[in-house]
Amino acid sequence: MALHGNLRDFTITQLLNLIILASKTGTLIVDGISEQAYISFREGKLAYVRIGKEDGSLAAVLHKANKINVNQYRAIADRAGQMTDKELGLLLVNAGYVTREDILLNLQGYFTEMVHRLFTWVEGIFRFENEMLPPGDKINIRLDLENIIIEGSRQLHELDQLQDEIPSLDMALKFTERPLTHVNLSVEEWKVVKFVDPKNTMRQIAGTNKLTEIEIRRIVYGLLQAGLVELVRPAGAPGQQNPKMFPVQGKEERKSMINKLIGRIRTI
Amino acid sequence: MQTVKMVVTGPFNAGKTQFIQSVSEIDVVATERKISSTEERSTKPATTVAMDFGRITVDGDLVLYLFGTPGQKRFDFMWEILSEGMLGFIVMVDSTRPETFREARSILETFRAYAPTPFVVAANKQDIEDAWELEDMRHALRLDKETKLLPCVATDRDMVKTVLLELLYCILKDMESAK
Repeated sequence: MALHGNLRDFTITQLLNLIILASKTGTLIVDGISEQAYISFREGKLAYVRIGKEDGSLAAVLHKANKINVNQYRAIADRAGQMTDKELGLLLVNAGYVTREDILLNLQGYFTEMVHRLFTWVEGIFRFENEMLPPGDKINIRLDLENIIIEGSRQLHELDQLQDEIPSLDMALKFTERPLTHVNLSVEEWKVVKFVDPKNTMRQIAGTNKLTEIEIRRIVYGLLQAGLVELVRPAGAPGQQNPKMFPVQGKEERKSMINKLIGRIRTI
Repeated sequence: MQTVKMVVTGPFNAGKTQFIQSVSEIDVVATERKISSTEERSTKPATTVAMDFGRITVDGDLVLYLFGTPGQKRFDFMWEILSEGMLGFIVMVDSTRPETFREARSILETFRAYAPTPFVVAANKQDIEDAWELEDMRHALRLDKETKLLPCVATDRDMVKTVLLELLYCILKDMESAK
């Protein structure tokens, strides 16, 4: 049973969020209008990205980042055609051209740029292949995507879609177990985060911070997408004791009624 | 005669009418109409416009009514009416149609905002090869760990019974934890 669908229904940020939350290992393949993207993950961390025929080789990435000059790049391309990125990386580090950190930082930058490019894809089919591991001959990284997801979520401006995602501002927010450390939030987002508490509805938070309905929805949507908060009923809201729910009074009588229902349904 | 009710909600063509039909002792009183939209007609020929209505008689004194809501958002004025006084609700989601997950999330949040009643989510059509895995659906629907997400095949009476029972266990648990 595969994870598959259409980008019209699931944005790239939603997909990345799902993969992170599920700590998935495998490759997300997106067939865009003119290109195909492969985004590989290990336990929910970004490991590798390739889009279309883009030269994402280590030599190309280092050249683009001015870590090696054009002559070195050409020499590597000519002589090291059969060499894997891992072998090339080792060679360059041992020869003192670059450090291991240079390689990892530049690959991270390149892959992040690729993911940002994917955010502009709104048409396409996707599927997640659990069996397709990140390519073994390429240098894999382990990159947390929370910040990139928050950035991607900021791009959602459609009021209709935001209203679908967060239909009622009378719900409250609470933090999930995901820590807030290393998350780059904007000033407006921090203002909202400061008031995240099951006692405060989103409407109250918006009022306190003088945010419009669309502004609070957009901020909360980003926080939801990054898995930092979840929607809850506000603490202190009327409990479930709606008198119309039960035709009988008293806790024991009500429990007895539910037990009768359980007994009946078991016998259907 | 005492009556209680549960609501079965979810996006268009999630299987709500079939779910109720599988356990109702009467033929479901369905308020279905032919679909005018070409796009929706390609999915199914008729749809619920007001509500579905099923019944399970417990004994001479107690009856459980199951109400199915219309799936399309343009009928959402019915949702609040139907949700009034419900014991709990079931959100049906078609596991093979990820394009409906956003709407399912929206319906779920709308119902949660109406009433603080227990609910479960039924991942319908789990017998189809194309169905999403439950854990992926949990994340896509943004359900927390405590929310019950149950595999379901709306035509399978035993699976439908399990979903109803799980909702009743949630209601019981809520009552026991209430002060």
